[in-house]
Amino acid sequence: MWDELRARPHLALSALVFVGGVLLWEAIVRVFRVPSFLAPAPTAVAASLAGGIRTHLYVEHFGVTLYEALAGFLIAAASGIVIGAVIAQFRLVERTLYPYLVALQTMPKIAIAPLIVVWFGFDTSSKVVIAATVAFFPVLVNVVVGLKTIDAGKLELMRSLRATRWQTFRLVQFPNALPFVFAGLDVAIVFSVLGAIVGEFVGAQRGLGNLILQFNMTLDIAGVFAVLIMLSLMGVALHLIMQAIQRRIIFWAEPDDVISA
Amino acid sequence: MSAPLIAVADLEKTYATRARSRVQALAAITLDIAAGEFVTIVGQSGCGKTTLLKILAGLLPCSGGRVTLRGAVVDGPSRDIGIVFQDPVLLPWRTAFDNVMLPVQVLRLDPAIHRDRARRLLALVGLEGFEDKYPHELSGGMRQRVAIARALVHDPPLLLMDEPFGALDAMTRESMNVELLRIWQASGKTVVFITHSISEAVFLADRVIVMSARPGRVREIVRVELPRPRDLDMMASDAFGVYTRRIRHLFDAAGRLD
Repeated sequence: MWDELRARPHLALSALVFVGGVLLWEAIVRVFRVPSFLAPAPTAVAASLAGGIRTHLYVEHFGVTLYEALAGFLIAAASGIVIGAVIAQFRLVERTLYPYLVALQTMPKIAIAPLIVVWFGFDTSSKVVIAATVAFFPVLVNVVVGLKTIDAGKLELMRSLRATRWQTFRLVQFPNALPFVFAGLDVAIVFSVLGAIVGEFVGAQRGLGNLILQFNMTLDIAGVFAVLIMLSLMGVALHLIMQAIQRRIIFWAEPDDVISA
Repeated sequence: MSAPLIAVADLEKTYATRARSRVQALAAITLDIAAGEFVTIVGQSGCGKTTLLKILAGLLPCSGGRVTLRGAVVDGPSRDIGIVFQDPVLLPWRTAFDNVMLPVQVLRLDPAIHRDRARRLLALVGLEGFEDKYPHELSGGMRQRVAIARALVHDPPLLLMDEPFGALDAMTRESMNVELLRIWQASGKTVVFITHSISEAVFLADRVIVMSARPGRVREIVRVELPRPRDLDMMASDAFGVYTRRIRHLFDAAGRLD
């Protein structure tokens, strides 16, 4: 174990920074008697978190938000890959749609969240749509760039074999784009959680975003922090799962090759 | 000599440049290549030898004259041709074996028969036991061997090779040349091989086509009468030296003329 630490000292240092930060925070709150509605002590957050877990408070809300984020992510991933592929394959489609895509992409998608809640209601479906909207563009952009980033030699090889357009796409272009696609999906999964929370802020009865609003209303700041920790856990877990899938599927790419567009 | 496998007659190629002027890359190329022959094309960078190969492969249209393969005019890529490019151009997500099978898949050939053939070809290029390795697990020379097996898998009578060993170190390159001659003799293919190395051109060829630059023309065709099978010791022989000197002098003369 000591050998491993010597080889990777940043692991120990990261842990130390965490412990030091938490201790410093606790000390500041106690010494300066910071009121709990401004900033709760780490112990208070831990107590709130433990209480929430014991009473199964988080289970339903966590599940709702996770469902919204994942459903939104899947819609964004599927539509981003299909539409991105069509755009990259057909120049006319690209040129026709490009101005609208730029306009849509530069618009802050979160700004239309209230509209989507009006259209799709206060239930989970509006959050799924918001999550999908926010997560869609990173997938789309990476798919288009990935499909266009291909060395001419591979295309010439396929041409020399008189490959059809579909064969070239299926056997060469799409697998070749996968490192980019996964970079986009990795961003998208984090964005979809963001979208779900924003949707819940705008109007919802359930979900971790809704829980944050409830705790905020009653100035239960320790409760807010506890939910934030749950949200971080969700984000980190989803990101790690994405990375594990990515490592399995694009095993051939060096980590450095996987770049985001 | 029977009817040639490839006949090139009065071939011309001009490119339109950005400034709306035209650059002539190839002028009045005429040559015949017989079935089973090993022909090398040697010339300086920019003499149009890669352009010539791409026209032979049907990957580029010509501007004048014509190329026929087995009597039929070449106007596009053909399954009668296998190509080995400067880079191996392997698909990194496929094993060596699956890379060799790519043409079988694209050309929709019988996979059962060709799986066997792919395995035999990998053995022929010296990669037995490496079938399941991925390109990043292979050395540069091994990757180019996979590319050669891939070019042969659909059994084309003609193999076009564009400086295939240019990126390899000198020693690997020499041993690949010996290997290539062995593969050529075992497979009975016709090979057109492009290089800018005079000694490589002489070592491999039945005939060396010497090209001059701007526009690319056939300056001379040198028949190499060295005995086969050839080995690397031959490169130190007097006869070998006579051939390489003669070709080198052609370039010097061409240099002065231009």
